[in-house]
Amino acid sequence: MKKELNVKATLENLHTVLGFIEENLELVECPMKIAMKIVVCVEELYVNVASYAYEGVSGDCRLEFVVDDATPNRVNITILDEGKPFNPLEKEDPDTTLDADEREIGGLGIFMVKNIMDTISYERKEENNIIIMEKSW
Amino acid sequence: MEIKKIQNDSELTMSISGRLDTNAAPKLIADIDESLVEGVKSFVLDMAECDYVASSGLRAILGAQKKMNALQGTMVVKNVVSDVMEVFEMTGFADILNFE
Repeated sequence: MKKELNVKATLENLHTVLGFIEENLELVECPMKIAMKIVVCVEELYVNVASYAYEGVSGDCRLEFVVDDATPNRVNITILDEGKPFNPLEKEDPDTTLDADEREIGGLGIFMVKNIMDTISYERKEENNIIIMEKSW
Repeated sequence: MEIKKIQNDSELTMSISGRLDTNAAPKLIADIDESLVEGVKSFVLDMAECDYVASSGLRAILGAQKKMNALQGTMVVKNVVSDVMEVFEMTGFADILNFE
């Protein structure tokens, strides 16, 4: 199965994007616990695109949701934008051992994504930022 | 997301229900800023009805903990469901927050 969603990259469209992912995870019978985590990852990455990729101009974001017939327990999600080059995976991991007063705010989202997904990659290709990630259950 | 507040002298209880996602987090941050002021000594965050937390939501909760530290009060996070607890554990938040 392969599904695609194209939206204007805005925070207003966050619920459309997450709804698209949730709906399809349900269709492939992904367990709820895993589904919730995958949705968290898509939110983090989509919010990055909506917040930083286009800086003042409007642009699009495309999501692809793929589950191969041969591996029905594995989902492959692609998030693509045409904004300025940006590799979110380069962000340094936060120090998760510090106490509340020392904890910094940044980097947490990507850290969660790296922890949750089995694989995640970034490439810049033909003026596009492309994130591809996979998760099995 | 819905937020309910109950103030009992110096104790404030905030119950959140629904998704604490990127669109909901600013509302929680604003509510925390407005509510956690001089005189509040004990802050209880009841998450029984909250089934989803994104990193923006974690940031809001961290902000509350910092605020209570500054006020020299205490903060307790209550009734966290297991999916959300996993997110707290993964991000090290399980070690900085007090749970009940």
